Amino acid sequence: MTLYINGVEIEDTFAEGFKMWGTRVIITGKNRKWALEAATKMTGFATSVIGCKCEAGIEGEVTDTPDGRPGFSVLLFTPSKDDLSKRLMERIGQTVMTCPTTACFNGLVSDTTMSIGGQLRYFGDGYQASKVIGGRRFWRIPVMEGEFLIEEKFGMQRSVGGGNFLVLGENVDATLEATERAAEAMQKVRGVALPFPGGIVRSGSKTRSRYKFLIASTNDAYCPTLRGSVESALPEGVNSVLEIVIDGLDLPSVEESTRVGVRAACIPGIRRISAGNYGGTLGQFQIHLHKVLA
Amino acid sequence: MTTLTLKSQPAVPLEAETITPDRFLGKSNAEIAALPVTYGNQRATLGDWFAITGDGAPEIVLEGDLSRAKQIGLGMTQGKITIHGDAGMHLGATMRGGEIAVHGNAGDWAGAEMQGGLIRIMGNAGHGLGGAYRGSRRGMKKGTIIVTGNAGNELGATMRRGLIAVLGNVGDFCGAFMIAGSILVFGQLGARAGAGLKRGTIVTFQPPELLPTFRGACTYQPIFLRMLLEQLRGLGVEIAEDKMEGRYRRYVGDMNALGKGEILVWEGK
Repeated sequence: MTLYINGVEIEDTFAEGFKMWGTRVIITGKNRKWALEAATKMTGFATSVIGCKCEAGIEGEVTDTPDGRPGFSVLLFTPSKDDLSKRLMERIGQTVMTCPTTACFNGLVSDTTMSIGGQLRYFGDGYQASKVIGGRRFWRIPVMEGEFLIEEKFGMQRSVGGGNFLVLGENVDATLEATERAAEAMQKVRGVALPFPGGIVRSGSKTRSRYKFLIASTNDAYCPTLRGSVESALPEGVNSVLEIVIDGLDLPSVEESTRVGVRAACIPGIRRISAGNYGGTLGQFQIHLHKVLA
Repeated sequence: MTTLTLKSQPAVPLEAETITPDRFLGKSNAEIAALPVTYGNQRATLGDWFAITGDGAPEIVLEGDLSRAKQIGLGMTQGKITIHGDAGMHLGATMRGGEIAVHGNAGDWAGAEMQGGLIRIMGNAGHGLGGAYRGSRRGMKKGTIIVTGNAGNELGATMRRGLIAVLGNVGDFCGAFMIAGSILVFGQLGARAGAGLKRGTIVTFQPPELLPTFRGACTYQPIFLRMLLEQLRGLGVEIAEDKMEGRYRRYVGDMNALGKGEILVWEGK
């Protein structure tokens, strides 16, 4: 069955998602500027676990933060529990604790937790102090600016990484506009992060290479400049492809994000929406485009 | 809900540690009436002193001047006790959970060595609020106490954890030998506040007279204090915005002890 939205063909295919571990961090600051600054730094260089060891993104602005100040929630994902704890320690320690006026709180209620503030507290060199407020333990770490407050434990849960869809457009302008609209709409869905720049990735990859030292290389089947040189997956008239990658705390969030994003991307100048997969042989989750759009 | 109405004012203390939701739960009024109390040096029952009505649910309402009724809510773990009148000594001592609300004053040692739960005293509290009994090494270990009026001496002495908020004034040796936890005093601190303080926080919103063994550190806006104040707001305590957004002078001490405690003095917004 062929499905069209606003005249854009939705290919009957699926995105292949992978098991990940995820967490949610709430970062607050004296004002919106500094909360966003820390959140932006924390999610920097976190586009793909292949090269960055984790994937992260700003989930959105938070209005009811634990300390009542402006704040943003950040989602961070890794392939394993141990990695999640390490990456979170590194990133909070280097990007949030260092950022003026910030505080850092757990944003995910879960039975599975990791001690983050409980480890970072040692930066206080013995002058750190704890405070239990509302049944949650926080650490006050003295810093030159004043005091860095961080929650002792952060929750983690099994999550979904690698949700995606591809936007096949007539030209780069239309494709960029479509993906920008999609990313903007998807930012409103809770529980998902779009880890790439602006939520959009142009250099999608395949999991092999002719070079032994590379485990991934350009997705040649979707490169318009290689039409004629390789077995292209692009229909005639498509001259630019952009992808949106989705990590989510659970499968329904990724599916909802996909649904919202694909619908927003179906604008004039877009020929087809597709998705990346490995034939269902690698990932544990399949997000079928026709199913989520039904 | 079970309502106990005092029949007549006791001439000597009535030891009423059986008045807890834990002891009442699932009992008929007759069974509750048969629970033992000690009147002076005599054995008695609750029924001798109280008219009892209700259904044995874990919510107890006490009516009358109970200033001579001791140990109400002792060690309770659940439910709620509401007292319309004054309460005697040791109210809610060692309690682990649940809530006690006193629409009047409470005697000495209210919440002494408590380990959880919430005590609200709408009037004044006596000495040793949330403190440790003589010879004991730990005072309050967990929970929250809110006093609308004033409180006496040795408030929170040797407390280990928890939150005590007093909207009025407090007596001498507030937070003495405190190990950790938080005490917020919106009125005037008495003499020698924080004497022997090891860790923990005493917050005052009036200029205090501090011991010389406390050293001024800095003036700043502690984030954790916003959260404590927000917690109190959530419990119905009115906190002005200038306290939430305020600057606080931090004094560290007691240098005669471990010296890792602090007294935070509000300096305005």
